[in-house]
Amino acid sequence: MKRKLARKIKEGAIETTLFLSALSSVFITISIVVVLAYESFGFFKEVSIKEFFTGTQWTPLFANPKFGILPLISGTLLTTSIALIVALPLGLTVTVYLSEYAPHRVREVIKPILELLAAVPTVVYGYFALLFLTPILQKFIPDLSGFNALSPGIIMGIMIIPYVSSVSEDAMKAVPMHIREGSYAMGATKLQTAFKVVIPSAFSGIAAAFIIGISRAIGETMVVAIAAGGMPNLTANPLEPVQTLTAYIVQVSLGDAPHGTVEYKTIFAAGITLFFMTLGFNILGFWLRKRIREVY
Amino acid sequence: MVKELKAEVKKLNFYYGSLHALKEINLPIERRKVTALIGPSGCGKTTFLRCFNRMHDLYPHNRYEGEITLYPDNINIISPEIDPIEIRMQISMVFQKPNPFPKSIYENVAYGLRVRGVSKRAVLDEKVEKSLRGAALWDEVKDRLNHLAFDLSGGQQQRLCIARALATDPRILLFDEPTSALDPTATSKIEELIIQLKDEVTIIIVTHNMQQAARVSDYTAFMYLGEIVEYDKTDRIFTAPSNKLTEEYITGRFG
Amino acid sequence: MQKSKSELQTEIKKRIAVIKFWDRVFLIIGLLSTLVGLVLLFTLMADLFVNGFPRLSYKFLSSFPSRFPEEAGILSAWAGSFLVLLVTALASIPLGIAAGIYLEEYARKNWLTDIIEINIANLAGVPSIVYGLLALGLFVYFFKFGESILTGGLALALLILPMVIMATREAIRAIPNSIREASYALGATKWQTVQSHIIPYSTGGILTGVIIGLSRAIGETAPIITVGALTFIAFLPTSPFSSEFPFISFKWLFDPFTVMPIQMFNWVSRPQQEFQLNAAAAGIVLMIMTLLMNGLAIYIRYRFRRKIKW
Repeated sequence: MKRKLARKIKEGAIETTLFLSALSSVFITISIVVVLAYESFGFFKEVSIKEFFTGTQWTPLFANPKFGILPLISGTLLTTSIALIVALPLGLTVTVYLSEYAPHRVREVIKPILELLAAVPTVVYGYFALLFLTPILQKFIPDLSGFNALSPGIIMGIMIIPYVSSVSEDAMKAVPMHIREGSYAMGATKLQTAFKVVIPSAFSGIAAAFIIGISRAIGETMVVAIAAGGMPNLTANPLEPVQTLTAYIVQVSLGDAPHGTVEYKTIFAAGITLFFMTLGFNILGFWLRKRIREVY
Repeated sequence: MVKELKAEVKKLNFYYGSLHALKEINLPIERRKVTALIGPSGCGKTTFLRCFNRMHDLYPHNRYEGEITLYPDNINIISPEIDPIEIRMQISMVFQKPNPFPKSIYENVAYGLRVRGVSKRAVLDEKVEKSLRGAALWDEVKDRLNHLAFDLSGGQQQRLCIARALATDPRILLFDEPTSALDPTATSKIEELIIQLKDEVTIIIVTHNMQQAARVSDYTAFMYLGEIVEYDKTDRIFTAPSNKLTEEYITGRFG
Repeated sequence: MQKSKSELQTEIKKRIAVIKFWDRVFLIIGLLSTLVGLVLLFTLMADLFVNGFPRLSYKFLSSFPSRFPEEAGILSAWAGSFLVLLVTALASIPLGIAAGIYLEEYARKNWLTDIIEINIANLAGVPSIVYGLLALGLFVYFFKFGESILTGGLALALLILPMVIMATREAIRAIPNSIREASYALGATKWQTVQSHIIPYSTGGILTGVIIGLSRAIGETAPIITVGALTFIAFLPTSPFSSEFPFISFKWLFDPFTVMPIQMFNWVSRPQQEFQLNAAAAGIVLMIMTLLMNGLAIYIRYRFRRKIKW
């Protein structure tokens, strides 16, 4: 009897410990929201929300500071768009090639190498964008400034290919073989089958892949901090230097922004903006991915 | 009446890698008749059927030997020199499980034509209607041609797959156990349809259901362990089989 | 007018030539697109190597940073990276594995489990710099750990926690149910089953995920910058071992630090070309660390896959 009780207590204690470990992830999210909200609440006591979201100048470190976040948002969206223009066609082509065309052996070799693209430290990519790609691009585009949105955008685009292609490949693999056979039996080629049947069938999964890619590009920091420059610039011109939300946070963190000052609080205001931008995309992506599993 | 052949299988051997799946098969396929392939599971009937439109070419390590001659132009269907796509454009297939594409009803039927590069709306409209009528589905779907094919019932989906196969005017229509995933009502509709269709197209059907073979086919081949044991007119096979194995299978003693 | 059979045949043949042409064109495009990534990876490594290799030496590995590029080294950076990674591993591995085991083996299907699952998926997508802000607000100022190795390590631990949890779950999910039933049928309790079957059989998969997570942590720069790691450190953290009782010291946890990627970032941002060569050399060391860890992960995955076949 006593042994049974002891065993029950032990099992219960273990289950509780494991449960608390799982629950800790929820506390991480809550802490993120609380910390960001608390520090930016202090910020919004000094700067109106209206100025923050409609002002077109971001100069918090100047003597006469202006707190309009739009230049940072536009910088973020510009580099993200360039990354997507690269990653969308490349990622989709690579996925179709690997999942429908490549022989098994080729796929087994190429996939792990491609995944290494996601393993390279982003600071190395930043180095590469600034000191290798930008000088090369300048030979073709003389107007390109030393810091610009184009070069880090392109590098980020290639960098997110593994994220995009692994999720969309899962989605394409989930399309049952008998649907493909239906198409081949009509005399369709691999290309026709892939683009007319497999991709439409896997659409929500592929969309999820790109949304995850967008969220990655928005949150990417070092490549843009190194190669895009440090100038908040409300522009859509990829040849000019820009600053993203993330690069701004890095810039302030590197300098001396004493705890409690407005400068210190601005990075949390930028951080909460960033957090909600990516949160929206993450939730959309999660929902779309869940839908793939329900179709078949 | 002179018998007219649509195709003839001569000394066909088929290998999955080193597995010898079909052995020395000889079989005539009569024009505008229904030929049924029956036999216990694993006897190679589906493997045999998939030779007719070269579906095996989709996977590596598969090998054909022998000949399947298509008349009247005397093409050898399984010759490596002939492009499988050319064969599949002329010999359509209906699968075990309905496999409509995630597209509208209209686009499902038009798919084969689009693959061939037909894009004139008038031609497509006409063909889609004709094929859907041919598959006895037109009246049920004519008001919702742009609905998704998944909205249809299982039996309707299978008739849609038949319409899809008919749209390209195939020379032979292959059925691979087309009713195994359907309920009895839907099954009898498909069976009626097959009987109607043979006025226009040559049909080969694989079935595990002997009553179905007896109901729809004109000729029946009984297969066992990758070989054709017996081939004859369907009523002969079911009333007076000459081979003992066939008789045992038909009377339900094995299989 | 009906077309004759032979006319139809030639028409079909022409059409097939067209569609097969495009099929082949796509094959080439697909191959080239795949090569873009591989070429980038190769060029990047070649570029680092060409620029950085001449700077690599024992002296480079064993010197502190300096105002003079040719005297500067990465001693404090790699020591910092090592210690930070130690904290990250110690914090994230037990927590992540425990959470993964709970979700796969214990969790009942209810709203709380759903919330935890959605939450983990979302955490995996939170930008790394946001973890840095969290650590800044929580560990640096709220818990008063300061801008220390402990703070940096914990920030990275939170960052890779979702990866460890997901790797654990995937590894556990690969174990067939018959194994669990066999264990229960012998009268084992849930924990006994987990301890003697689930954990040992999923070790390979978990280890692979953990190593990939740690390799990501070693290359992370942004959150470490945010928590205030210094870019110029000319001393080592307190040694964890001392000659006096109690021989082990934890003072290093609260020391200021720098890490490899920050050192590299610092050199990249300088205008002088000599420092950029140092950056390339640091980049080589960083890439070697990352590639070794990834290679190890691939090797473990391969070995365990061969050893256990369900």
